[in-house]
Amino acid sequence: MGTAVSFQNVRKTFGALCAIDDISLEIEEGEFFGLLGPNGAGKTTLISCLAGLARADSGDISVMGFDVVRDYRETRRRLGVVPQELVFDPFFTVRETLRIQSGYFGVRKNDAWINELLENLDLSQKADVNLRSLSGGMKRRVLIAQALVHKPQVIVLDEPTAGVDVELRQILWQFIRRLNREGHTVILTTHYLEEAESLCERIAMLNHGRIVALDTTRNLLSENANRMLSMRLKNGNLLPETLRGRAVLDKGAWVFRLNTLEDIEPLLAAVRESAQVFEELQLVQTDLEDVFVRVMHANEGSGEGNPKRGLE
Amino acid sequence: MSGFRALLHKEILRFWKVGFQTVAAPVLTSLLYLLIFSSVLDTQTRINGVRYMSFMIPGLIMMSVLQNAFANSSSSLIQSKVTGSVIFVLLPPIGYVEFFTAYMTAAALRGVMVGIGVFIVTCGFSPLEFAAPAWILVFFVVGGALMGAFGIVAGIWADKFDQLAGFQNFLVMPLTMLSGVFYSIHSLPLFWQKVSHFNPVFYMIDGFRYGFFGVSDAAPELSLAVGLASLFVVASIALLMLRSGYKLRV
Repeated sequence: MGTAVSFQNVRKTFGALCAIDDISLEIEEGEFFGLLGPNGAGKTTLISCLAGLARADSGDISVMGFDVVRDYRETRRRLGVVPQELVFDPFFTVRETLRIQSGYFGVRKNDAWINELLENLDLSQKADVNLRSLSGGMKRRVLIAQALVHKPQVIVLDEPTAGVDVELRQILWQFIRRLNREGHTVILTTHYLEEAESLCERIAMLNHGRIVALDTTRNLLSENANRMLSMRLKNGNLLPETLRGRAVLDKGAWVFRLNTLEDIEPLLAAVRESAQVFEELQLVQTDLEDVFVRVMHANEGSGEGNPKRGLE
Repeated sequence: MSGFRALLHKEILRFWKVGFQTVAAPVLTSLLYLLIFSSVLDTQTRINGVRYMSFMIPGLIMMSVLQNAFANSSSSLIQSKVTGSVIFVLLPPIGYVEFFTAYMTAAALRGVMVGIGVFIVTCGFSPLEFAAPAWILVFFVVGGALMGAFGIVAGIWADKFDQLAGFQNFLVMPLTMLSGVFYSIHSLPLFWQKVSHFNPVFYMIDGFRYGFFGVSDAAPELSLAVGLASLFVVASIALLMLRSGYKLRV
């Protein structure tokens, strides 16, 4: 597998604002890659530079080995971008929109794939309806279909599930996962961290236009492991003498921080020895949200000296 | 050039879907001009040996071509910019020359369609000749292309609808209305005759009228040369804007 997308020392400023500050990043073919960061971190600017909607001030960006400026026809043919904004052309029906979009990419007689897209995104019933008459969720589906109409090798989803219902999310992720299994590279930005955690193999976290964390999702979670054991005891919730000072009381439960899972057994043994009985016992695992908050918090401390804040 | 075909198809479909507004309405406006001006003015008046009403018809046809070609490309671009749907034509592998040619061709086509509509509804009111039909076709195409290209420049430059309206009301409208649609410039004082010669729209209307009556204020070759030179300048500006991504790609 080669490199699907490569950013090398990319920098982009808007006046005095530094939106992307020397970003280098490689995304492998077939990867499901997450781009996370708070609002204004530079995610959308990075995607815009990749898609040719914005031009980087310096640095190189390539898609499947083609330069996005020099070989823009090659790169754009290989890219499918779902924009963040809910935009649509009010003159056309869903099917007309998809046929026109196919034509822009030089794909003719594309009805078989268009029908498959409509079916997979549950849009078949709306194929001949004008975009103006569709609900927000339906318009979002059309945007996704438009991005996929030329079967791009690299699919970029910029906040595709912002403000959409659970049903669409499930339909969307089922379909995108299938495309990923079939070899399409997927780049996703999202505010729903549980989505990124369950979908993305690798994640880059951006803040103030810089990459502040880049690793596999698994490594990010384990390196920032923050397991806790929470327990509530019968008979007054009195903690055994030997454990006092090691736990904090949070909403009526004693919470122990664990370094490894092996720390659990001595805690349980101590409770048993004191003849106490559990009323409730819970192992709390770190999720991506914890990691995100921790990484961003750490970065805020080091980034305070930088007057140039990123924007999206 | 597949992107060009799709973009041209989209642009034609766009105005055709609202044809009542984009084609029928300007045809009606021109018809009203003809009826009002010809009934107010002496119908026996002759300009360059041509009945006034007959003289006015080619002018109205060309004015419609020019105004509608401008309106088409400029309104399409400003609408898609303001609504954000311009992204659909910026993401695909469409080169700037294809982009320009598609918008200009669709604009010229709408202009010519409206022009033909105006011809159909007005030709029964006064006899028309076809002294040099080739010039009629040439000025149809050059006039439509010129204002289609100008509409691209205006549509890209304008950030808001009112900026575009300013373009339309303070530049396109005076240039077309003061170009000899309703009069021969020889009936103007010398100073204004000279000023009119700096208006490229005058040459489009004058050359187009030559195609009908074989008489004109300026030689048709000169009018064509001015039209082509203006088209070259405006197209170059539009192409430079598109190539650099001015106001489209940040």
